[in-house]
Amino acid sequence: MAAAANDRGLLAPTDRKRASVRWSTRALHGLLLAVLAVAGLGPMLWLAKAAVTPTQDTLRHPMALWPGGIDLANLTEAWTRVEIDKYFFNTIALAAGSWAVQLLVAATGGYALAVLRPRIGRYLSGAVLATLFVPSVVLLVPLYLTILDPPVLGTSMLNTFWAVWLPAGANAFNVLLMQRFFANLPREIFEAAKVDGAGPYRLFWSIVLPMSRPVIGVVSVFAVIASWKDFLWPMLVLPDPALQPLSVRLPALQQFVELDVFLAALAISSLIPIALFLVFQRLFLSSAGLGGAVKG
Amino acid sequence: MTTTDTRPAGVTGDQAGPRKAARPGRPGARLARATTGLHTLVFLAPMLVVFGVFSWYPIARAVVMSFQRTNLVTDPVFVGFANFQQVFADPLLWTAVQNTGYFALLALLFGYPIPLVAAILMSEVRRLRGLFSALAYLPVVVPPVVAVLLWKLFYDAGEDGVFNTVLGWLGIAPIAWLQDANAVMPSLVLEATWAAAGGTVIIYLAALIGVDPSLYEAAEIDGAGVWRKLWHITLPQLRGVLLITFILQIIGTAQVFLEPFLFTDGGPANRTLTLLLLIYRYAFTNSLGGDYGAAAALSLMLAVVLAAFSMLYFRLTRSWSS
Repeated sequence: MAAAANDRGLLAPTDRKRASVRWSTRALHGLLLAVLAVAGLGPMLWLAKAAVTPTQDTLRHPMALWPGGIDLANLTEAWTRVEIDKYFFNTIALAAGSWAVQLLVAATGGYALAVLRPRIGRYLSGAVLATLFVPSVVLLVPLYLTILDPPVLGTSMLNTFWAVWLPAGANAFNVLLMQRFFANLPREIFEAAKVDGAGPYRLFWSIVLPMSRPVIGVVSVFAVIASWKDFLWPMLVLPDPALQPLSVRLPALQQFVELDVFLAALAISSLIPIALFLVFQRLFLSSAGLGGAVKG
Repeated sequence: MTTTDTRPAGVTGDQAGPRKAARPGRPGARLARATTGLHTLVFLAPMLVVFGVFSWYPIARAVVMSFQRTNLVTDPVFVGFANFQQVFADPLLWTAVQNTGYFALLALLFGYPIPLVAAILMSEVRRLRGLFSALAYLPVVVPPVVAVLLWKLFYDAGEDGVFNTVLGWLGIAPIAWLQDANAVMPSLVLEATWAAAGGTVIIYLAALIGVDPSLYEAAEIDGAGVWRKLWHITLPQLRGVLLITFILQIIGTAQVFLEPFLFTDGGPANRTLTLLLLIYRYAFTNSLGGDYGAAAALSLMLAVVLAAFSMLYFRLTRSWSS
């Protein structure tokens, strides 16, 4: 939106007309594009090539542009024999559950705090906000012990997906983002809906949620990507290899799988996040900018 | 009045007034308020349960645990400051503090100027800015574990390693990236910077595009050239964002775990043993059973330092967004 408002930046429009300025900016931009392509795309292209190249070619001539032979069997072998499919679906299940829990907690909590406004709402917001100041390192050990021996439940959550899903929901950033968004919706609409007989549930489901697609999108992107990236926590609470996601399983696989199949497994693991990024590029980039601009 | 009014701007205070006034006089108002409270509780419940069990309670427990000797068999015993004393007596603590500080310093040296220069250049791109942004951001969406395992291969110490092959083209002797005690930390930071820089670029780019063009115009009337505009307008306008990314980077690098864990597991000779790796070892790889007290004590001390940075971060972002 700001890009449309500003048709100029550091360089003056008159500067841009000068040939020397025009050529030097062009040269700099060409150089930057080349550097970005090599640094950003290069490693992924290398991985894509290595995933279908026999091990010996990758080891002897790692930087050869064209492999000596193509070995598409790497991909199928990684998928079936190394059981990447299982870890892949574990990863998806963990991401989907974390996404659902985060969205449920943030949407209902944000709605209660911003729209229903209970009298203790201020203190609750404060208690949620306070957790933002607590670095995640503090939670590592006590949260692990809580998973081993959760209150009320009485049985350990170790080696269940709940051990990943539920702690993911305690995300203060999501709650505050939703709360702020809901609080900025026009209250007249809520009043009008109440007059027309809508209760708090209908107001939530039929009015607030449909109006909140942008913020739901942002929270969803954050949730799925964070879950796909997570390593230390699932490694701790899912010691059973049959339940582990790709991120936890890949380092272990390296020990006993040939290099070409291992690289194929790495390529498969990157596929979904990169595809999501390419499809929802705008949402990703605006969420990334958000991290620096309006957090809190 | 009977139709559902969904026009955001069309409703004025005058129209809303009588509705509000009608409410307190309604019969059964108190009952309505009680059920409203119940409904509110239903909406609050997921947040209260999840935050209570998985955030507030563990945070409180972290503080308590750091003064206890805890194993999972017998009941925890209060031991005063014994855990803290034990941590301070551990010679590895100072190694870890130094390594973490070194990592953070290198991460600033690598990761601070490069995204800034890239973002300033990108802000002048008129066509294909989306392509530039996408290329810069691509490494951020690659799963970190995949990135580290891939780079571990790139860092192969042999002559046929990926990076060493490239060095060979330039006539440079191969480097033992991850085995050499002096090269290992810069190697880790290089990968971490590659993985994170794109996010910083996008934050800077958003801030650069938001700079008021009339500031530049005013400077041009005063005869300022590109470099003076850059120094006197662009950088001062970015001051807030630069401070925020600085704080975020300190908080992030102080808790670095993935790179030292997967690349080197703290080696060679503890050269990449970071604070979080030490905490992890106290709690989870101790053959005598987890030393949870020491791990909690060290976590707590690290957290107190970082919380000060978070607080500063929050104050800054709040004053910027309002």
